[in-house]
Amino acid sequence: MRKKLSELAIGETGLIVGVEGEGRIRRRLFDMGVTPGASILVRKKAPLGDPVEITIRGYELTLRKEEAALVVVELDGGND
Amino acid sequence: MKNFALAGNPNSGKTTLFNSLTGATAHVGNWPGVTVDKREGQYKKLEEVVNIVDLPGIYSLSPYTPEEVISRNYILDEKPDCVINIVDATNLERNLYLTTQLLEIDVPVVVALNMSDVMRKSGDKINVSELSKKLGVPVVEISALKEENLDLLMTEAYEASKVKRVGKTIIENKDLSHLIKDVVIAFKGKGVENPLFHAIKLVEKDEIETSNHPDLIGMVEEFKNTFEDDTFGNDFEALIADTRYKYISKNYSTAISKNPANLDSNHQKVTKSDKIDKVLTHRIWAIPIFIVIMFIIFHVTFSEDILFMHRIFGLNITNPTAINFFTGMGYEGMLEEAGGIAADVALEGVPSIGVFLQSWFGWATGSLIDLVGGAMPEGTWYTSLICDGILTGLDAVLSFIPQILILFLFIAILEDSGYMARVAFILDRAFRKFGLSGKAFIPMLSGFGCSVPAIMATRTLENEKEKNRTIRLMTCFSCGAKAPIWALLGAIGTWAGMDGGLFVFSIYVGGIAVAIVLALFMKLFSKDTYVSPFIMELPSYHLPQFRNVMAHLWEKLKHYLTKAATIIAACTIVIWFLSNFSWAFWNGMVEDIGDSILADLGRGLRYFYYPLGCFENGWTNGPDSWKYTSSIITGLIAKEDVVATMEQLGLTVETIALNGAAAYSFAVYNLFTLPCFAAIGAAHGEQKGKEFWLTLLFWFAMSYGISLVVYFVGELYVVALWAGILVTIVLIGLVVAAGIIVSRRHKKAEITVQA
Repeated sequence: MRKKLSELAIGETGLIVGVEGEGRIRRRLFDMGVTPGASILVRKKAPLGDPVEITIRGYELTLRKEEAALVVVELDGGND
Repeated sequence: MKNFALAGNPNSGKTTLFNSLTGATAHVGNWPGVTVDKREGQYKKLEEVVNIVDLPGIYSLSPYTPEEVISRNYILDEKPDCVINIVDATNLERNLYLTTQLLEIDVPVVVALNMSDVMRKSGDKINVSELSKKLGVPVVEISALKEENLDLLMTEAYEASKVKRVGKTIIENKDLSHLIKDVVIAFKGKGVENPLFHAIKLVEKDEIETSNHPDLIGMVEEFKNTFEDDTFGNDFEALIADTRYKYISKNYSTAISKNPANLDSNHQKVTKSDKIDKVLTHRIWAIPIFIVIMFIIFHVTFSEDILFMHRIFGLNITNPTAINFFTGMGYEGMLEEAGGIAADVALEGVPSIGVFLQSWFGWATGSLIDLVGGAMPEGTWYTSLICDGILTGLDAVLSFIPQILILFLFIAILEDSGYMARVAFILDRAFRKFGLSGKAFIPMLSGFGCSVPAIMATRTLENEKEKNRTIRLMTCFSCGAKAPIWALLGAIGTWAGMDGGLFVFSIYVGGIAVAIVLALFMKLFSKDTYVSPFIMELPSYHLPQFRNVMAHLWEKLKHYLTKAATIIAACTIVIWFLSNFSWAFWNGMVEDIGDSILADLGRGLRYFYYPLGCFENGWTNGPDSWKYTSSIITGLIAKEDVVATMEQLGLTVETIALNGAAAYSFAVYNLFTLPCFAAIGAAHGEQKGKEFWLTLLFWFAMSYGISLVVYFVGELYVVALWAGILVTIVLIGLVVAAGIIVSRRHKKAEITVQA
């Protein structure tokens, strides 16, 4: 199942299949390792529900919901 | 002398490595035109002394952040003899992403594989010779913290610097590599240096390259039309980034063999850092914990009543020796204030370490002034210049040092431990509504203590615009030195049922309210609707390094002392001259400050401040008005001087004849206006050229404007209460309406920009 990263619940994992957006935000995502094919885990959300914290390429990355909405993820498992 | 550049990701141990290599030789400046730290130092253990330049921490060589542009320009233009690329071994994949870009430049590169000790401890193994072979450059395992293998690293770098190196790329995608080769040939034809690096950036459609070489874009565009990748279409920027990461996982990550014990069922390491994070960024507890930490920091730095021992337990210290100990020999002063009655002298509670040190520091500098004054002939102009002018002025500035250092000690610990990144994570959502990032919270809160360390703390804000806004809002947070003004005005305020406590409270809360409204308007009126992205690494927690924290404190101190010795000292001398001489200054110093140039300036300025009620009853422009305007001028040395000058000119609780409107107008003006020279100096250190002058203008316009409104509305209250209330409601309505209109327009603009 495909979802936006911003829609994932805490603990869900998946594989990035696409990164939308343009310009520097998109480039910044790429530079931080958010590229198609990378696997991610949603670790945590901030007390106000935004930003979110993910594990990617072995480290912790935080990004806002609006930036996470640019990342398309193929969920692992498929049961959920 | 050879130049080695130190490049690497933030949090890769770069600062620690730099400090270890350069020891005490490091000095800090700014890169020309921007306020990103430029640090240089010498390494002396090789056969010749080598200069080491610490480039800003970066993840990539993209053209989007000042740090990246600086690093890229430095390597391309200044041509260091070698680039030492520090790589965090525990986070190899993302760190090597930058390495693949550095390797494309025609410069010798040596990779310093840091934290190899941590790696080994966890049982993971890394095959250094394999990695070195694959990268094609020397790799040295080091521990920057334990100073392991640093000499070997430098020897390797020194050897590498003797040999020319030609850039190499890992981009293997067949079609793309053809294109890159063609562009490289074109660049070579133009005689451009580092053709490979430029070629790849041009293929990525990098902003800087496309504007520098518009003639070659055609080649890329032409190829683009014939190219179609399954995933990326013809988006080369995405394709190249992806190629780099794919190549890294396929070729380099194999150099690591993970200890199977480190992987749980989810293939995620559960580390100590994770456990700490579970508590500190907990959905419910994160904010309370943060508030408690902040409270402790400010309490320890600024409180005059530690643990509220006076407020809660009624602790009073009356023993003169104890008072002298806690207040830096302050007993005599308190005795004087109490009119010489020893029974009335009591220290209300025990001061915090910050206040304690500040008192003793003040005592030391005060004694020094007395000592110097005693040794010099009495009554001469030069004794006065040195004692009343330079030393007293510097005393006001230097007295902040203990509190600055303590506050920065805490900030450095928070930053170095990794907690600061979490603070931004926790608060970002709330602060973003006001166009500020979560990180702006700490400088703003520090502003209630002292604007100087607060403005210096804005250095942690990455975005220049957010930093400028935060600095400009700083005067809204009433600093400790302004408190005497509120105390004095509060003591006289018996107008319209206002009591002192309520008055002071209204000043603090009013300042915060103005800050919120202004932050909103600054955000809405800002021309570019672009919000800086918040895509940030959350580094693992680790114990702060004593050495890093000390180096950080020393840098701040040096920076502050430099300002104190230059711009601030010059300004205090000017004020000294103005308050001690008449226009006929060749006749020597004046006896009465009322005859001084300062007094005349005060008299002249009152016409300028006339619309603000000139701080006297009605628009009568009475005989005392120049005294208020004079004290505004001396307030530039230190805000404590406002009250000091007023007293010197005979304005005391008994003699001040301000009505409510004028008192509020005067208070509000002093709250929002230009801070002291020390704080202005700090702003000058953080802002460059135009932005700094805009800040000064902003402070002035804000204070004048708000004070004007306050006075007019205040007078209405005096004339007719109902009219005052009515106008207040209308004004608040206008602000809200303006906010709504602007934000609508703003949203529209945003949509057009996106479309």
